[in-house]
Amino acid sequence: MELLTQQVLAGISTGAIYACMALAVVMIYQAIDHLNFAQGEMAMFSTFIAWQLIEKGVPYWLAFLITLVVSFIGGVAIERIVFKPIEHAPVLSHVVIFIALYSVINSMAGFIWDFTVKSFPSPFGSSPLFGSTLISSHQGGMVAVTLGLLLLLYLFFSYTSVGLAMRAAAANPASARLVGIRVSWMTALGWGMASAIGAIAGMLIAPVVFLEPNMMISILLYGFAGAVLGGLTSPGGAVLGGFAVGIIENLAGTYIPVIGAELKLPIALVVIVVVLVFKPAGLFGRVVVSRV
Amino acid sequence: MTKLLEVKGLTAAYGQVRVLHGLDFSLEEGGVTTLLGANGAGKTTTLRAICGMVKSGGEILFEGKNILGKSTEDVARLGVAHIPEGRGTFTRMTVEENLQLGAITRRDKQNIAKDIDKMYDHFPRLKQRRTQQAGTLSGGEQQMLSIARALMLRPRLMLLDEPSFGLAPMLVREMFDILTALNRDEKASMLIVEQNAALALGIADEAYLLETGSIVMSGPAKQIGADENVRRSYLGY
Repeated sequence: MELLTQQVLAGISTGAIYACMALAVVMIYQAIDHLNFAQGEMAMFSTFIAWQLIEKGVPYWLAFLITLVVSFIGGVAIERIVFKPIEHAPVLSHVVIFIALYSVINSMAGFIWDFTVKSFPSPFGSSPLFGSTLISSHQGGMVAVTLGLLLLLYLFFSYTSVGLAMRAAAANPASARLVGIRVSWMTALGWGMASAIGAIAGMLIAPVVFLEPNMMISILLYGFAGAVLGGLTSPGGAVLGGFAVGIIENLAGTYIPVIGAELKLPIALVVIVVVLVFKPAGLFGRVVVSRV
Repeated sequence: MTKLLEVKGLTAAYGQVRVLHGLDFSLEEGGVTTLLGANGAGKTTTLRAICGMVKSGGEILFEGKNILGKSTEDVARLGVAHIPEGRGTFTRMTVEENLQLGAITRRDKQNIAKDIDKMYDHFPRLKQRRTQQAGTLSGGEQQMLSIARALMLRPRLMLLDEPSFGLAPMLVREMFDILTALNRDEKASMLIVEQNAALALGIADEAYLLETGSIVMSGPAKQIGADENVRRSYLGY
């Protein structure tokens, strides 16, 4: 029993990483109706900016804030410069650009900051939380930030007219234009917000996994997995999905002897495939119903 | 009366294919104009051209200003509410959200809730379904929702593309009664594109007959409706 509790706690703390990234994934999905493969790299780049600022002696929270603003502007700029011109191109063209961005940003980070592993400070410290060595105060803080972010996003999408306009622009751009919504700016805003949320995720993840240009590769995969598991249309579902992936990964590694540490990764993905077979919209995604 | 909409020499093309060959028509403030014609005559394209959804040439004067070449969202912000064929509702959103979206560009936020209640008075069915996803409504209900959503803009001009499309005959009748009432009570100006000529002529003041991208006849709706030749050749009844 003790082992179970410990493993679940450990799962929650890794799950927090995935949940945070899953939120960024849902955000961009809301804005552009598909996934952004470069999202992890954008988050990594933002984290490097924060690291650079902190190295230069900027206090943590100020660096945090500056990074958010820079990431937001960067996200909007990427949309305006790279994606606006190919607005009407087929989805595959976008996918190619995502992959290009992925490798460009990755190499750029390596070029500017090299590939050595750097440590990144945590604003929450790293003392054990609730007397358990499996979940630290940083991971507790991360869970809190993720949930706070989730609440803010929920309020934004449900109760503000910009949030409503953004959802409309993503769901049905042609009709959105007809009611006067500036669809392309909504998309840019979505990019900015996703980029800023990614930056938060990156800055919270970096103290755990250490900062280096490839830090986000597997995390983004898990973030995708969490988001898909919970439902790409549901921020709350994505966060829960992220936690679930973390817990499943840990429990499977502990309790199924053949799996062990090496097969931890695939087992989580297998579970996701199984869920999707039975619930294609994800566990909490809104099922699109329509009369035919 | 002043002209609300005046279209001069309107042309439009999809790629290389020209589909409108210089249309001239107009709409009085508070009036109803209908464009009639068979499939492929260019009726829908005309509405799409007004809203900047298709590449076009000529002049489109709305309240005296040329709006040709403006983006769709800018035209909507001028108070032109286009109800496209297939209704253009946001199927994944609730009825209430659809209505809010109709008013999303309005500055007088405090009146929006009042207007939503007014729509529920006009269309009680929508009130029953306010938290339902629009995609789950019946065809008639969706058409009502799309009209209600357009009204939420407090439009200066409504463009209706085949409001009778896909509706049962009884609902079609009801739909046109609603449109007549809106025109009478709210002084809503409308440009209606229809295949159901008899109904459209019943509500319209002016009528234009379109054939393969050109206007072949125009005049007061009563006169067009009464013309024996027109009826036989173009209206099919």
